[in-house]
Amino acid sequence: MRTRRRVTVVASLCLVTSMALSVLLLRRIDQVRPQATLEDVLYVNSPKLVKRLSLGFSGLMACIYWTRTVQYFGHRHYNHEQSYNELAPLLEIATSLDPQLLPAYQFGASFLAPAPPNGAGEPGRAIELMQYGIDHNPDNWQLYYNLGFVYYTELHDYKKAADVFARGSQVPDAHPSMKVMAARMAEHAGDFETARMLWTASYQTSRESNIRKNALEHLRALSVDEQVTQLQAAVTRFGERSGRLPSSMAELAAAEHMNGVPIDPDGNPYVLTREGRIQLAKPDDFPFVTKGLPPGYKPSALPRFHVKG
Amino acid sequence: MSARILHIARNTFREAVRDRVLYNLIAFALLLSGAAIFVGQISIDIERLVVVNLGLTAVSLFGAVIAIFIGIGLVSKEIEKRTLYTVLSRPVRRWEFIVGKFFGLAGTLVVNTFFMAIGVFGALLYVAHRFSSSDRSILVALYFIILEFLIICALSLLFSSFSSPLLSAIFAFSLFVIGSFADDLRGFAGLTHGMTRWIAISAAYLVPNFSALNVISAVAHQQAVSPQLVLQNTLYALFYTAMALSGAVLIFERRNLK
Repeated sequence: MRTRRRVTVVASLCLVTSMALSVLLLRRIDQVRPQATLEDVLYVNSPKLVKRLSLGFSGLMACIYWTRTVQYFGHRHYNHEQSYNELAPLLEIATSLDPQLLPAYQFGASFLAPAPPNGAGEPGRAIELMQYGIDHNPDNWQLYYNLGFVYYTELHDYKKAADVFARGSQVPDAHPSMKVMAARMAEHAGDFETARMLWTASYQTSRESNIRKNALEHLRALSVDEQVTQLQAAVTRFGERSGRLPSSMAELAAAEHMNGVPIDPDGNPYVLTREGRIQLAKPDDFPFVTKGLPPGYKPSALPRFHVKG
Repeated sequence: MSARILHIARNTFREAVRDRVLYNLIAFALLLSGAAIFVGQISIDIERLVVVNLGLTAVSLFGAVIAIFIGIGLVSKEIEKRTLYTVLSRPVRRWEFIVGKFFGLAGTLVVNTFFMAIGVFGALLYVAHRFSSSDRSILVALYFIILEFLIICALSLLFSSFSSPLLSAIFAFSLFVIGSFADDLRGFAGLTHGMTRWIAISAAYLVPNFSALNVISAVAHQQAVSPQLVLQNTLYALFYTAMALSGAVLIFERRNLK
């Protein structure tokens, strides 16, 4: 009995010690090993082959590849990487395995199309992806909406955007805003109002919290872009009237009969530089703004999202 | 069904339970609950898809592995332990022994699938918070999976009736894989000519067509399965099972057990 107990104690100790040592060693190995960019490797990059290897369980494989895509994009986006080499192939495999995997199209296009660091900067691949999605899901109006969105926001091809929105509006049960957007694209494509309408529609028609949060963030950025444009015009007017730049934002506000010093959507006053430029006080809080940024501004490593979905 | 067949089936079921076959349910439950909880955190917008796809795939694969590993030992184990001679010395015919073993294994798999189905629906309720009418098609997918098990059980028994457990396992697994490519095999046959074409077509029709029984992707997208497909798949699985079981009986009837 005593021998048996001794063996149990020794074996248990051995088990725990070996496990702890193996974990420690693995951590050391990770440090010594060159940063193997495992995420940059696609062992099998043929969608057809992956489909065959899935033994008919292609739905599960598609989910795995989509999750891998999300992880790949999320990791690189978080690190502000400039290249997303495997993003398009991963999306191609995921959608070939399951052509009805709608999140892969809807999110995939927004991963692929925007310029780095917000995306892979491959609007052409995003359009191909969406077209593939539409071919396999012709009754889904949201895919037309996403495709039109890529044409509008990334390529500024308003004619094609209008055409896609018009086609999407003919799909049964399409959202009524599709027709309105098709019409606006033809006439007022470059307006803030059109952009605001698109992002509002994006917010209203999606149930996915990430999409809604992203739409709200863009709406905030649009609001800033519009305000900065107006304030910059006010500075120009002030200069034309008085032959000098306003010395402070308060002086500009008084001259333009504004209700106090103008503030951004977060409540921070806009900054007027000595050169007469209107800038955001905290540009890091508005990841999608295109105006009001300090010269040479680079987004911070950790983007701050204020909007609660 | 004769009382003797029922008796053998019941004993086969008991033996499988005693062999702790149902322990796989624990692994299944862990897999599914883990997926239901973690997928939402590491992926986007596919919680329901993953639960249905992973749940049904796991039911299918776990069941196939059980069907093959138990099926291949059903006859050989009895010979090895010499219990077969005791059974056959009683008024039990050889065909009754084979059919009883088949029903016992099939019953084990049906019970196993039943508990796994409860797990799948439980995980679905966890991620979706409610059931929808289209979730009924998951039951059809589970039914097709059971039909698949019937075919695999019968094939395992067929191989077990004349071969060693190792070879039987290799044959059964190979057929499981080839059966999953049955549609591709037919496509390949269509590209060939002459004698090769006939051989390829014959092979494509001889191997079990598991791809026709796999509707997991469709039900994951809440698509309905046509009643016609249900009927035809049922008949196909029954005929194929009967074919393999008849082969097993024919071989076992003539097998020299001395």
